[in-house]
Amino acid sequence: MTGLTHNALWVLASMLMLGTAAGLAGCFAYWKRQSLMSDALAHAALPGVVIGFAILGFKSLPVMLLGAAASALLGAWAVTAIRAHSRVKEDTAMGIILSVFFGLGIMLLTMVNRMPGGGQSGLNGFIFGQAAAMVRQDMRTMTAVAAVVLLVVLISFKEWKLYLFDPAFARGIGLSGRLMEAAYLTLLVVIIVIGIQAVGVILMAALLIIPAVSARYWTNAFGTMLALSALFGGGAGVAGTYVSTLGDGWPTGPFIVIAAAGIFLLSLVFGTRKGLFVKAMQRRAQMRRLKPQAVRRDPLAEGEALP
Amino acid sequence: MSYDGWILLTASLVGLVCGLVGALLILRRMAMMADAISHSVLLGIVIAYLVTRELSGAHMLLGAAAAGLLTAVLVQWLHARGVQQEASIGIVFTTLFAIGVVLIATQVGNAHLDVQHALMGEITFIPWETTRVPGLGEIPEAVLTLLIVLLVVGGLIAAFYKEWKITSFDPALAAALGIPVAFMHYLFMTMISVTAVAAFDAVGAVMVIAMLITPAAAAYLWTDRLSVMLLLSGLFGVLAAFAGYAAAWVLDTSISGSMAFATGVLFLISFLISPRHGLAARRLRAHAAAGRLKS
Repeated sequence: MTGLTHNALWVLASMLMLGTAAGLAGCFAYWKRQSLMSDALAHAALPGVVIGFAILGFKSLPVMLLGAAASALLGAWAVTAIRAHSRVKEDTAMGIILSVFFGLGIMLLTMVNRMPGGGQSGLNGFIFGQAAAMVRQDMRTMTAVAAVVLLVVLISFKEWKLYLFDPAFARGIGLSGRLMEAAYLTLLVVIIVIGIQAVGVILMAALLIIPAVSARYWTNAFGTMLALSALFGGGAGVAGTYVSTLGDGWPTGPFIVIAAAGIFLLSLVFGTRKGLFVKAMQRRAQMRRLKPQAVRRDPLAEGEALP
Repeated sequence: MSYDGWILLTASLVGLVCGLVGALLILRRMAMMADAISHSVLLGIVIAYLVTRELSGAHMLLGAAAAGLLTAVLVQWLHARGVQQEASIGIVFTTLFAIGVVLIATQVGNAHLDVQHALMGEITFIPWETTRVPGLGEIPEAVLTLLIVLLVVGGLIAAFYKEWKITSFDPALAAALGIPVAFMHYLFMTMISVTAVAAFDAVGAVMVIAMLITPAAAAYLWTDRLSVMLLLSGLFGVLAAFAGYAAAWVLDTSISGSMAFATGVLFLISFLISPRHGLAARRLRAHAAAGRLKS
């Protein structure tokens, strides 16, 4: 494929922005230990998308995204309510919300697909993502929202750092915990909602989880982790989208996830902080240092009886 | 049996077997592991199909069990290397699922196995794909698979009931008593995978999570006894299957989606009115306690 068309360039550019923003938000979710919450929220967005379409009867991205945001937030609220008001644990609550909302989404989707004109709505593209089906307006929306997210993170970097790593101190200096919590949830939902059209509800979470974990293998500094995660997310978005355009009707989401998984594997092996290769080298160096000292063997370790 | 009869029987078997496994699942705090396994089972099925070029029960069960175990092992391996448990689950299953979907889209793509099927099952096709069983006559292949899985899973739960109970509630005590905790863990992972693939044809990769987790969570709100919870959970599963089928018939929509939604309704009802752990009962008790304190 030589010489990308103008439209393809637009798709790649907006995927770059989306991947970058998802990489940033993913770092927050990673440190809040809520990686799988993003999975639950992404699945929970499906009924909202379909209802947004059904109300208007035609495809209007802003309305569908609004529906998606509403149902994802409802899902987040339900997870919190189940955990707070019953003895069901958080992971079970997330599983319930994820699968029940998705089931409702499929019910509604099947009904809408039978409506006149519903079959061509491209709603099925929301499940595995169909970047090729996006029109210029959609890409503008996506790029603009991703840019806002980037800006928010850059401006309030210090606040996020405090909130994530020392919430008690953050409250102490007057940073509202509830405000930050609300901002975090909004950020997460906004990224998921603009991402599902291109990546799909099922695999959207991967774009939030994998870059952040990969970045963790290269650094211990939060700022560097954010930058790397953004880079990895953007790279995976562009690479996956490009590959998916090579075939006819190939879904975008799975290819993006596989690209991200490739980055993760490289980081796992060669990462300079915790990578397997570095660890093996350190181990060898340590063994070499210990050898000449002729360590006395511990009799207990040999399984002998106590004296 | 009639066409609808077979579908109802299939759906009920899915509800029953998922309910039984699900009860242990949520007590062992592995809801998210089930989420992961039910997704990666897809890869096992696709690879089994690519190797044998047929969608038969035995191959699929084998492929799925392997994929499920692979997921469990990979998650454990990454976790041991310092990745958060949640994050390692998220990485492993999304990747395996993505590979499965890409293989379907690029290699398989035919009438037998498509992305739609992987996602929501094809319960309406099940009565047509029959097989001959001595003594029973012509029965749908999916029903036969589900019956075998029900026997195996139910048998394993009944045979090692005491061991499941101890390893679920107090793994440290179980280890001290000499029960092979790690072996039971991987055995359980295999049971989840096999259950997920048996239910796959009927409800697909995502809705099976609803069938596994939600009836069990609802049962968990009604009782404190494991035996009662197992029974209730299986019962709720069957109930959701019937309710979902009825709703799908009335609204003319996806049966598997309606079944998943019905489990949610059952859970919501339990959450609100269960006499032991329901919201209303909790409020009433709190109110009564406040009254006693005041007087």
